Amino acid sequence: MCGIAGIIHKGKSSNVGGEMTSMLQALKHRGPDSTGYAVYGEGNDGDYVMRFVLAEQEDMSKGFDMHEVVAARLVEVEKRLKQHGAKVISRKEATDYAHRFVIQHDGDTEEMARHIEDIEGVEIMSMGNGLELIKDLGDAAVVSEQYGLNDFKGSHGIGHTRMATESDVDIRSAHPYWAFPYNDVSVVHNGQITNYWIMRREMERRGHRFMSSCDSELLAVYTADNLANGVSLEDSLRRSIEEIDGVFTYLVATKDQLGMAKDTMAAKPLVLYESDDLIAMASEEVAIRAILPHEIDTTDPYDEEVRVWQA
Amino acid sequence: MASLSDAELKEMTQEERVTALGMRTDQLTGLAMRIEFNPDEEERFEYPWAPVVDFNKRTELDVDEMTSTEANARIRELMAEGYGTIVIHNPRGKHSLGVGILSKLNLIFEGSLGYFGVGLIDGPNVRINGRVGWSCGENMMAGSIVVEKNAGSTFGAALRGGDLVSKGSVGSRTGIDQKGGTIIVGGDTGALSGFMMQRGRMVVCGNAGKNLGDSMYDGTIYVGGEIQSCGVDAVPGELSDLDKAWLTRKLKQYGLMPEKGVDHFTKIVAGRQLWNYDNLEPSEKKLIL
Repeated sequence: MCGIAGIIHKGKSSNVGGEMTSMLQALKHRGPDSTGYAVYGEGNDGDYVMRFVLAEQEDMSKGFDMHEVVAARLVEVEKRLKQHGAKVISRKEATDYAHRFVIQHDGDTEEMARHIEDIEGVEIMSMGNGLELIKDLGDAAVVSEQYGLNDFKGSHGIGHTRMATESDVDIRSAHPYWAFPYNDVSVVHNGQITNYWIMRREMERRGHRFMSSCDSELLAVYTADNLANGVSLEDSLRRSIEEIDGVFTYLVATKDQLGMAKDTMAAKPLVLYESDDLIAMASEEVAIRAILPHEIDTTDPYDEEVRVWQA
Repeated sequence: MASLSDAELKEMTQEERVTALGMRTDQLTGLAMRIEFNPDEEERFEYPWAPVVDFNKRTELDVDEMTSTEANARIRELMAEGYGTIVIHNPRGKHSLGVGILSKLNLIFEGSLGYFGVGLIDGPNVRINGRVGWSCGENMMAGSIVVEKNAGSTFGAALRGGDLVSKGSVGSRTGIDQKGGTIIVGGDTGALSGFMMQRGRMVVCGNAGKNLGDSMYDGTIYVGGEIQSCGVDAVPGELSDLDKAWLTRKLKQYGLMPEKGVDHFTKIVAGRQLWNYDNLEPSEKKLIL
């Protein structure tokens, strides 16, 4: 059991960081192991926000020289950015192991990202113009405080509270997943994918990389593969219902869209609220009520339902 | 167990065989045999511990700052004080509110409930002026629940008695494993509604999703709109005058009577062709045959 939530404001910016924190904290009972956010700020043209970690949280308490190790990794990241012609505009450190860089880069971001992730222990959470993907161990209040998300302004976001079932309790297995190498595409998922290994083999044959053994990462890679082949987000969501086996409800966000898909059995919950200027969805109504306390009308999407909303 | 020949066993009725093979005895002890009701008592239909409440004694309870456990405990305290009408404010999607009430009560929620709302109840009349999440009224035994808006999936799962009504649309697997009572949906219902239904009636005024009534053993489903598909062994039945009279009465009772009447409703019943329908479990078969 995990909890997922999403919110999208049409044509305006809002405090999506604070809103997502309230929603995810209300879903804490669905999974206290880790919490993740993919929030979309306004961004500047030509600039990329790169969120990355240098180690797992638990690694920081191992060994006397771990702080020196991550410092050395950070130096190596900067070195490789420079090698690829990227200029670092600003740096922010949420923790010793989690960093946010704003960079300017005109070249191939995929090649640069692969080179950076080749450093031991380094994983890029996200790279995008608007997307900022943050995930760590603990509940939403803890992660939000740690990463300063309560005042994050943006148009939309998705998030996840995780109860680890089939893979580890670590940042790598936490959601959301970035649809590498597609800037600004992220996925959160609640469910189990039963043809994970078959699909992973197929995706790896096509050259995609997996950073974890969490089945949810497949949905991010699968979405990336479809987008690479010119498939629209809505068609990718529809296709997934045919091609992905298991029980699932998942959300995908792009720079200006938010989509959802539900499996053929409708076995995983989602409650949906739609108004003219705001759409909010979550595994449980209690999360929507956390940001909309007044009486509202909500619905349950049905089996095989796919929806996409524009910011 | 006395040794019985195959011929002797085959001569017996199924009930005789079950007793002869030691699968049932009449010397049960333990919790299952505990008697809660005095057989000499007349005209007492409530549980012995049920509080005596007065429907005209009304109170209001704001649960905004309470946990579900605290809210449910407070409802019980109010019932013990004799309140027969309790209005709950600000439920705000909390789970498991109003569960396990086993006596008469008017319970009104001004707002929406989360999962497992008013499940396992036996007697109260509940009105929810909002929406409910998954599994509202699960295992309800008697009474009524009227939801003014939409409901989530597994609405009335394992319902055993009483009336469960949503005036809006509901999610998937409505009335899964329904064992009695009546479920009424003013709008649409999702896939696998009536799955493994065993008794009772379900009325859907709008459309029904795929696999309606899949593997149902008994019971009746009425659908006013389109049926995406029927499940295994769910077949159309003939809508009789008795069916129409019952539908009219029930739908009028809850203000859901369609303007065009009920003649257009489709009736779905069990085909009774499942391989194991009315049959023995494999382990029983092995013992007897």
